[in-house]
Amino acid sequence: MSGGATAYVAHDPRRAHGMERSIAHAGPASKRIVTGYGFWIFLLSDMVMFSCFFASYAVLRGQTAGGPSGAQLFDLKNVAVETGCLLLSSFTCGLASIAADVRNKALFQLAMAITCVLGLAFLSIEGREFAGLVARGAGPSRSAFLSAFFTLVGCHGVHVSAGILWLLTMMAQVFAKGFRADIQRRFLCFALFWHALDIIWVAVFSVVYLLGSAA
Amino acid sequence: MLGKLSWAAIPLDQPIPLMTGAIVLVAILLVLGWVIVKGHLPYLWEEWITSVDHKRIGVMYTLLAMVMLLRGFADAIMMRAQQALAFHSQGYLPPEHFNQIFSAHGTIMIFFVAMPFVIGLMNLVVPLQLGVRDVAFPTLNSVGFWLTATGALLVNISLVVGEFARTGWLPYPPLSELTYSPGVGVDYYLWSLEISGVGTLVAGINLVTTVLKLRTKGMTYLRMPMFCWTTLASNLLIVAAFPILTATLAMLILDRYLGFHFFTNEAGGNVMMFMNLIWAWGHPEVYILILPAFGVFSEVVSTFSGKPLFGYRSMVLATMAICIISFMVWLHHFFTMGAGPDVNAIFGIASMIIAVPTGVKIYNWLFTMYGGRIRFTTPMLWAIGFMVTFIIGGLTGVLVAVPPADFLLHNSLFLVAHFHNVIIGGVLFGAFAGYTYWFPKAFGFRLQEGLGQAAFWFWLIGFYVAFMPLYVVGFLGMTRRMQHYDVAEWRPWLIVAAGGAGLILIGIVFQILQLVVSIRHRAELRDRTGDPWDGRSLEWATASPPPVFNFAIPPDVSGEDAYWSMKMHAVRQDLEKSEPDYRDVEMPRNSPTGFVCAFFATIMGFALIWHIWWMVIAGGIGAFATFIAFAWRDHDEYVIPAADVGRIDRVNREARRELVSLAGRA
Repeated sequence: MSGGATAYVAHDPRRAHGMERSIAHAGPASKRIVTGYGFWIFLLSDMVMFSCFFASYAVLRGQTAGGPSGAQLFDLKNVAVETGCLLLSSFTCGLASIAADVRNKALFQLAMAITCVLGLAFLSIEGREFAGLVARGAGPSRSAFLSAFFTLVGCHGVHVSAGILWLLTMMAQVFAKGFRADIQRRFLCFALFWHALDIIWVAVFSVVYLLGSAA
Repeated sequence: MLGKLSWAAIPLDQPIPLMTGAIVLVAILLVLGWVIVKGHLPYLWEEWITSVDHKRIGVMYTLLAMVMLLRGFADAIMMRAQQALAFHSQGYLPPEHFNQIFSAHGTIMIFFVAMPFVIGLMNLVVPLQLGVRDVAFPTLNSVGFWLTATGALLVNISLVVGEFARTGWLPYPPLSELTYSPGVGVDYYLWSLEISGVGTLVAGINLVTTVLKLRTKGMTYLRMPMFCWTTLASNLLIVAAFPILTATLAMLILDRYLGFHFFTNEAGGNVMMFMNLIWAWGHPEVYILILPAFGVFSEVVSTFSGKPLFGYRSMVLATMAICIISFMVWLHHFFTMGAGPDVNAIFGIASMIIAVPTGVKIYNWLFTMYGGRIRFTTPMLWAIGFMVTFIIGGLTGVLVAVPPADFLLHNSLFLVAHFHNVIIGGVLFGAFAGYTYWFPKAFGFRLQEGLGQAAFWFWLIGFYVAFMPLYVVGFLGMTRRMQHYDVAEWRPWLIVAAGGAGLILIGIVFQILQLVVSIRHRAELRDRTGDPWDGRSLEWATASPPPVFNFAIPPDVSGEDAYWSMKMHAVRQDLEKSEPDYRDVEMPRNSPTGFVCAFFATIMGFALIWHIWWMVIAGGIGAFATFIAFAWRDHDEYVIPAADVGRIDRVNREARRELVSLAGRA
């Protein structure tokens, strides 16, 4: 730019401000940042979906249609074990992230395998709880309350199942291809997903089981 | 074996859908046959179907929208004809068919015309305006498009296999529950929207990430063209609102398929929860559609007035204000629910408040035109037509936002006239303006002016003739969706409205003619410089059509109206003679993932609608296998050598130098 242009800039504070910031904006972000950022946006949209199921559960909580209520159905001990499995799996997933960072294949596969087992344990406990409820005649078509309950908790369960499929794919990919940059990015997204499911479970645990048992 | 599907699903007793279906099928087969005989299939597969280029995907979205517009308009003109005839008689459409037509019309026009049209324009233009080479997730972009196409395909299959919903464009329970809609119509609606909704969400995530994370050097937020801002706002709304639609429709699916009780009349279900949830998506949806149109008008008005956009920052602020307030007005769609005066008052006031930023925008466009040297090209005509029409639509909107007035006007044809007034006058006019404005960028030649202007005038006048009478019959007490009636005062108005639909038909014929004539005369209409309108933003800084990598050298931006300042700089300097330092360019490789995914999604959707469970499982396995195959590939990029980049770029630089030196002399 010539001296004339600089003088013009000096007269227009708004432009001067813009010039300053053009130095700050260096251009497109790196692939790792773009991928992670995009996945965060997806997670937020997923949380919006969960919030709808939470809202419908809150609306229909009292609509038991003469059937059993949460206090009669929920077994907190069972849920505590379930919660323990899932929280612990988040920890082992974190270990897998560290292993991926230091490119330790053995530790990565071990940590992922434990995460998988814990996730499966969570799912089987949930499956048993659901089967037990249906067997007692408290299935999802019994009342609006139970419809909302099965949908909210089941939606989380479906997410965990999808997560396990993804987890196994990640294990296979690292086994076959190693810690390539695109696989690292994919694993970053998986880890975000798995931790987000934990956060949602904490809300499910509090809103559905704790409040439900108290009522 | 085939679930609920049998020969009874083909409506052999109904000549209209059967004939239409047959004609469409023959047309598709003819086109397909022509493509195969001429040997275009490999070209189509390699250059379009598997393309992950945002420009190609944008064009395909827009094409889908325009084809579906014909289907949606066919429904519209049938309804107008029915209501013109059905005074003291049954007309020519039996009630169950008429109900399917108005449901299909709304569903198609919103989800498969308006949505793909605006998403197509955003896809085509935003990366160019930001000065980057592609969107954030190119392959995902292709997946999103093909899933949208799947939804459109399923809706159209319902024409000849089974039936479509008879519940209106939003399937209100309890009518949409299994008890009252036992057929597959509602299931067609639900699954096509669940599938295309995933596609829309993917497009939203992609475009938000693109705007926020992929901008060229120096392109700060407050230097982005207005269209990028409205894209950002619109896609933030997609990300926040479409999951609500997905969840709500999932609940209705559970009610219908597994006997859940979300919205049933028995066992504690809550019908009004559906209204709240669906409009918590539905109202933001209105702004998802109109905001990109506002962006188009901002670009068009500024370019053809030869001035920077007036009040750029207030425009940004207004856009983001609409983005937030649009989530706080949903209840005005059902004031009659009986939520009480306090709740209704709050939502009524919020609905009036949201008109304020829109008013700000109108003034900004007017002041941009004021004192400008206005060129009355087709896009500019659409923009001016929009401003006049949209103000009327906005004012009637404020009218129905007053709860006591709404109690009288609710579900009347006044309401129908209002939302057509804003959606045709706003979204559709915006889409047409954008289509004409960016067509030369996409294809390298302009659309013929005269036919475009003729189309505009028929659309504009046709719109007023078709919808102003509906305001009147609304005041005369006519409710929406009536298959027949016996009130003599309504009849003349409905006949006039049918005439208006006829005028719009002529407008559409002119648009098709314009496209055909322009393609035939493309040599004369050729845009050699890449800047046919004397534009102001970066999409005009590259060739038309742009090379696959968009920009040979990523542009470095130093102010608002990025390309305008470059041009002025170049005029002063007589365009720098020195050649830039070309580098190798890495571009994402084409991928059939999107198409294959959509193929399996179509199978799954169809199987779910007809309860063919083995086919659902097969489709699911296929879709998962596709993802694994995609995840397993080793080379997802290819390199364009610097020499080729330079060769492609030099042609455009030469043409542009001529233009600039002409401008410098003038």
